[in-house]
Amino acid sequence: MVPEIGHYALILALCVAVVQGTIPIYGAAVGNSSFMSVAKPAARGQFLLVLLAFCCLGYAFAVKDFSVLYVASTSNSQLPLQYRLAAIWGAHEGSLLLWVFILTIWMVAVSFFSGHLPEAMRARILGVMGLVSVGFLLFMLTVSNPFERLIPAAFDGRDLNPLLQDPGMVIHPPMLYMGYVGFSVAFAFALAALFGGTLDAAWARWSRPWTTVAWCFLTIGVAMGSGWAYYELGWGGWWFWDPVENASFMPWLAGTALIHSLAVTDKRGGFKAWSVLLAILAFSLSLLGTFLVRSGVLTSVHAFATDPKRGLFILVFLAVVIGGSLMLYAWRAPRVGLGGGFSIVSREGMLLANNVLLVAALGSVLLGTLYPLFLDALDLGKISVGPPYFDTVFVPLMTPAIFLMGIGPLAQWKKASLPDLAVRLRWAFGVSVATALVVPILMGQWSPLVSLGLLLALWIATTIAVDLRERLTRTDGSSFMGKLAMLPRAYWGMVIAHFGLALFITGVTMVKGFEVEQDVRMNVGETATLGGYTFRFDGTEQYKGPNYIAARGSIHVSQDGRDVTVMYPEKRRYTVQNQTMTEAAISPGFLRDLYVSLGEPLEGGAWSVRLYHKPFIDWIWGGCLVMAMGGVLAISDRRYRLAWRRKEVEVPAGTQMARQTVS
Amino acid sequence: MNRFLIPLGIFVVVVAFLGIGLTLNPRELPSPLVGKPAPSFSLPQLHEKEKVLSSNDLRGKVWLLNFWASWCGGCKEEHPVLIHLAKSGEVPIYGMDYKDRREEALAWLKDWGNPYPLVAVDESGRVGIDYGVYGVPETYVIDKAGVIRYKPIGPLSEDVLQAKILPLVRELQNQ
Repeated sequence: MVPEIGHYALILALCVAVVQGTIPIYGAAVGNSSFMSVAKPAARGQFLLVLLAFCCLGYAFAVKDFSVLYVASTSNSQLPLQYRLAAIWGAHEGSLLLWVFILTIWMVAVSFFSGHLPEAMRARILGVMGLVSVGFLLFMLTVSNPFERLIPAAFDGRDLNPLLQDPGMVIHPPMLYMGYVGFSVAFAFALAALFGGTLDAAWARWSRPWTTVAWCFLTIGVAMGSGWAYYELGWGGWWFWDPVENASFMPWLAGTALIHSLAVTDKRGGFKAWSVLLAILAFSLSLLGTFLVRSGVLTSVHAFATDPKRGLFILVFLAVVIGGSLMLYAWRAPRVGLGGGFSIVSREGMLLANNVLLVAALGSVLLGTLYPLFLDALDLGKISVGPPYFDTVFVPLMTPAIFLMGIGPLAQWKKASLPDLAVRLRWAFGVSVATALVVPILMGQWSPLVSLGLLLALWIATTIAVDLRERLTRTDGSSFMGKLAMLPRAYWGMVIAHFGLALFITGVTMVKGFEVEQDVRMNVGETATLGGYTFRFDGTEQYKGPNYIAARGSIHVSQDGRDVTVMYPEKRRYTVQNQTMTEAAISPGFLRDLYVSLGEPLEGGAWSVRLYHKPFIDWIWGGCLVMAMGGVLAISDRRYRLAWRRKEVEVPAGTQMARQTVS
Repeated sequence: MNRFLIPLGIFVVVVAFLGIGLTLNPRELPSPLVGKPAPSFSLPQLHEKEKVLSSNDLRGKVWLLNFWASWCGGCKEEHPVLIHLAKSGEVPIYGMDYKDRREEALAWLKDWGNPYPLVAVDESGRVGIDYGVYGVPETYVIDKAGVIRYKPIGPLSEDVLQAKILPLVRELQNQ
């Protein structure tokens, strides 16, 4: 009964979405305000209906209703409750439901925080989101219904993929989807502006916080995915340039470019058409990611459900949504007009270069991901593109982008002087170069790539320091702290996000340059030394988990005779799917991780054991977290808080805004 | 006006390719090489690089040729299946280490177990081209006369092994 209620709620949600996607947009076109006002209640109603469906599926999992096909195929009576609930998004049908659910959450958020928008604008935004929702709901109800019954009911379920039975997997997909789907708001804003022909600085200012929030979620989501791969796949890597990872990384690159381009549109009125295009691009790539993961056109370790019928549906949907919005773009964008002119050496110029480089990087990732498919379709041969390609292409593109990232915030808008910038930044440059050269030598091993990585990280950090110092001398305030507090939070957000990137680059550089690993055969009581730590293998013991049996090794770690920790790597066998999983043991630290995983059992209680010493690896994810914190700080800026409170419509011209902001 | 149509143009091309991509199944491409003699190769071995593994030495028995690499995620996925098959001793699996670094490949085998009696090193990917390798992992079933009889693409699963490969291998071994 409950699954039928869920199914019915989805059908009703589809009806509401159709109304939401048509009437308000029509109302906005003819200026009928009662038609436009349908948007808000429709969005909220749709949210409640999808919430109901979501709860129904959750209930089916909670009570182990194996007469529901999806429940039977992704869970098992032995599976603990938290993983049964996480199994809602453990496979195709349920993750679509999660997608739509999150889309409706964003709709409700728009309906609440859009008091300051003109009514026509709001109606169009919610209308566009409603249309996106129609597509996804139709997709679910036609070819991937999570409530499909299995008659007769299965005696027990087939269990969730053991790789996904992990606390990280419980929150990773919702985070990632919050980011993916969050770009639908920026997308809807862009389309609404194209429909209405009001592409101005106000449009950019309204879009900015939404884009930034989505970007924060996506940053965390991608970082969590990478962290999950690190500790769950058991071979110590953190990024594989797998098609599915790329699918989440491409919208991130587009979103990052969008954030920067919107800043120019907001403050200078420039880059308008470009910002709109990036907004369309970011969401299109989110949709493309779904297509790549779900359609089976690319083989990947992550591609868990593939079905050509579904692939065809998503492709048609992609063609309609993206093709339609690009047509709208081609038709309306030429009337938008250009912003103010600027010279090449100016903040606009640097942000433009940043955008070009980010989009080029995005293009190269897209090309690498789709290249095997292109060649195959053209019958030119079959190839696979691996990490060597991406590493080769990515570093040269990102190096100049990061170099400019140091200069950009210090450059004036419109026209900056190169000699002046050089003078202001000479210390930052000198300190960065010297430190980047010396540190690897002190660590005992110099290589050009390590120095380059450190140089980039230090360059970001030192230019931030120069910029802060200059701004503080210009700011009035009694005390140092008072001066710090005078700087706008949006500025702090930028500084912190950039600093997060510096931490991230440091982490990547140190891990790539200095990690050590060792494969050893260890008898009970035997020791091995790695990175200054002594590892003693104390044998394994058997134990039984809820739905697996495991051999748990214990490894005692000491440094210079002092005890450091005891680590428990495991080898688990999940009984239902008969899959063996390596659960690595990790001892995290600020400056290093120790990472131990069990290989194969050998005779006499001995095991093959893999030991890693990974310096600074947690800085990779720490840096992402700091970047996301920067985003959060930026949206807490005063001007947005004021904007939410003020109910009246206000449309300041771009020039006015430019004067207000501290440059 | 024209330059605003460029994104749409690019998108149309991408969609066309994705559409063609849907009609191709990367896991089940019939190889034009099935039924033809396996391209011969003679390559250095992974464990002892002075020695050579040559396809001619394998004439007269049924064997599997598995293209893999330490950088390949799918290889990790199929690895337990290969180990299991190797332990059963039904048919030897010869490895072809594809576009890989020797030390990483050795470490990978040491860590996860080695199902192969011998591994050849195809560093440049030349032999991969001869065999029409689409993407690692790929496995070829080769009969006593050196003819390719079957080629599943992508990670081997226990199902494919039990349903297709092992019956075929037994039939070929009895010929």
